[in-house]
Amino acid sequence: MTAPIDTAVAEKVPRSNTGLLALYRQMRRVRTFEERVGELFVRGQSAGSMLHLSIGEESAAVGVASLMRDGDTFTTHHRGHGIFLARGADPNRMMAEIGGKEEGYCRGKGGSMHIADMGLGHLGANAIVGGGIPAVVGAGLASKREGKGAVSIAFFGDGAMQQGILYESMNMAALWDLPVIFVCINNQYGMGTRIEQATKGRALHERGLAFGLNSETVDGLDVRDVRAAAGRIIDGARGGTPGFLAVECYRFFGHARMDKSPYRTPEDEERGRAKDPVGFARKALVESGESSEAVLDALDAEIAREMDATIDFTVAAREPALQTMFRDVYAPGEPEPESVAARIDRILAGD
Amino acid sequence: MAEMTYRDALKQALRDAMAEDDTVMVIGEEVGRYGGAYGVTKGLYEEFGPDRLIDTPISEPAIVGAAVGAAMSGLRPVAELMYVDFIGMTMDQLGNQAAKIRYMFGGQVGVPMVLRTQGGTGRSAGAQHSQSLEAYVMHTPGLRLVMPATVSDAYHLLRQSLRQPDPVVFIEHKALYTMKEDVDLAAPAPEWGKARVHRTGDDLVIVTYSRQLHHALAAAEAMARKGVEATVIDLRSLNPLDFDTVRAHVERVGRVMVVSEGVMTAGVGAELSARIHEECFDFLAEPVIRVCGEDIPISVSVELEKNSVPTAAFIQTAGEKLVGLRSAA
Ligand SMILES: Cc1ncc(C[n+]2csc(CCOP(=O)(O)OP(=O)(O)O)c2C)c(N)n1
Ligand SMILES: [Mg+2]
Repeated sequence: MTAPIDTAVAEKVPRSNTGLLALYRQMRRVRTFEERVGELFVRGQSAGSMLHLSIGEESAAVGVASLMRDGDTFTTHHRGHGIFLARGADPNRMMAEIGGKEEGYCRGKGGSMHIADMGLGHLGANAIVGGGIPAVVGAGLASKREGKGAVSIAFFGDGAMQQGILYESMNMAALWDLPVIFVCINNQYGMGTRIEQATKGRALHERGLAFGLNSETVDGLDVRDVRAAAGRIIDGARGGTPGFLAVECYRFFGHARMDKSPYRTPEDEERGRAKDPVGFARKALVESGESSEAVLDALDAEIAREMDATIDFTVAAREPALQTMFRDVYAPGEPEPESVAARIDRILAGD
Repeated sequence: MAEMTYRDALKQALRDAMAEDDTVMVIGEEVGRYGGAYGVTKGLYEEFGPDRLIDTPISEPAIVGAAVGAAMSGLRPVAELMYVDFIGMTMDQLGNQAAKIRYMFGGQVGVPMVLRTQGGTGRSAGAQHSQSLEAYVMHTPGLRLVMPATVSDAYHLLRQSLRQPDPVVFIEHKALYTMKEDVDLAAPAPEWGKARVHRTGDDLVIVTYSRQLHHALAAAEAMARKGVEATVIDLRSLNPLDFDTVRAHVERVGRVMVVSEGVMTAGVGAELSARIHEECFDFLAEPVIRVCGEDIPISVSVELEKNSVPTAAFIQTAGEKLVGLRSAA
């Protein structure tokens, strides 16, 4: 299920999620949402500064998520806002979580790097590079047993390509013919390290091939290409052959909010930002006559309003009550951990 | 005497050690060109070059394992783990390899490496980037464990760690990097493994380490204004553990609180409390009180995070209750 198309302007946008205009709309939503995340931080309303924007990577999120169905599951890395939004998340609840508020997806406990929603099959974002990858193997086992054709997709960055756990996971997925897909969003950087400073094996899909996975690398400039490649890989996985997909893109901004990217040149950034999937889709829509500047401007404005509202929602949202910090360490109904203060009072009351 | 930050003191320690001994090398993620996620190694790459500051891929188990092998082969590696929260990924290399090699191999070879990392709360960094996991290390025989709380200790303890024959896990606190102090780096180094008594009082003893030292000192000042005088001991290193200093003050005062940011259960506070009860039982007027992190993960929410670990106000309240100050109840 993707996000419902719900605005007046969007009446002109096809209801299927397959056409370029629909894909553009989702990519614009992702970009605008991420811009608002940056704004939330600047306004001092975010929980911390460890916020990783996926601007420049929208085609990976939208191209793959547009093919996911009810019952499919996924995990993401720390730069996963776009993937979750493209999969149908409520941007208000996402932003509230990023603000550490009670109304957020995880009640303000997880935050940007630990957002999750079992309802949409989001098994969780992760702050450990590679930490979310093996879960899809387990989800794949469960899906195989259920036999309804659901796939489980791990999204991660190029940095995770050098974590051993990826290879353990790919090997198991292949060995057991699991409906599992590994999607590497190669934005060329892991913090300040460019991919060529991290590995000599740059043809990333060859690693998937080595384990017996259907494997491709696709340029992220045109979301239609990403969607086509993801379609082949996902179809294979639904049929029991796991897959690997690398999407080539560029991290437009710093690693997190405090990083000004001193390790790369303005020329590098200019070259990198030329690979802009949102701008590319927009241009293609206008040039093909499928849409017009006026329609797209109106659509963008509608999306800007939708995303502006996420900030208002978050600012107005509540801090979690202090007592909630003891909740959900264990299952509901189990005793909560005793607080240090209560324990001290109990001990000192002994005399 | 010069004013410097905790961060710069660590850098200076690395710089001096590298200049003095060319087998010292730093290996880890973003340690070279980038200068370290928290800026500790900034500038050293330019001074010492890529053979001495080795940037790695994101491959923690291999970073620590490579440091183990380098240490067995005549080098003095300083491996950097960006967050102590990642220690679980490296626990085999640390716990089964580094810690046991001297012993398993009958004393033929040691592993003189330092694993530098940082932990603790303070940045809304969430459940996987805010922990205090020193108990994992303290629970492993063979590993030394150092946790500097002051700028001067940041320098001296790191220098000393780089002279140890055995693996040292050196855990910094992320909230201390910008703390400034006047330090005299030429002053004689403190004795290795010795605690430091920051303040002496007769009403209670607070045993602590790392950032909680500062909270404990602030609490002690506040209590002093109410006429309650605390002794505050900074352990500085948890292995070796200077229990003699702790014992001397506990026996003198009889009321003790151990303060740690790590979670309470089976943590550093539990070990200290057990030892004090065992060794100083006859001198205790009250049970030892553990003021530690709550037995929960750390939330991203600013308020929940702050209240998940001891604050100065909380230490003060607990201290006043311990000495039976009426207004505290
Ligand atoms: C196990 C682990 N090691 C290191 C880090 C610190 N860290 C966070 S993100 C990151 C870079 C990740 O790069 P990549 O996988 O390419 O993802 P990107 O940030 O580019 O989206 C690093 C080193 C971490 N969070 N977890
Ligand atoms: Mg990357």
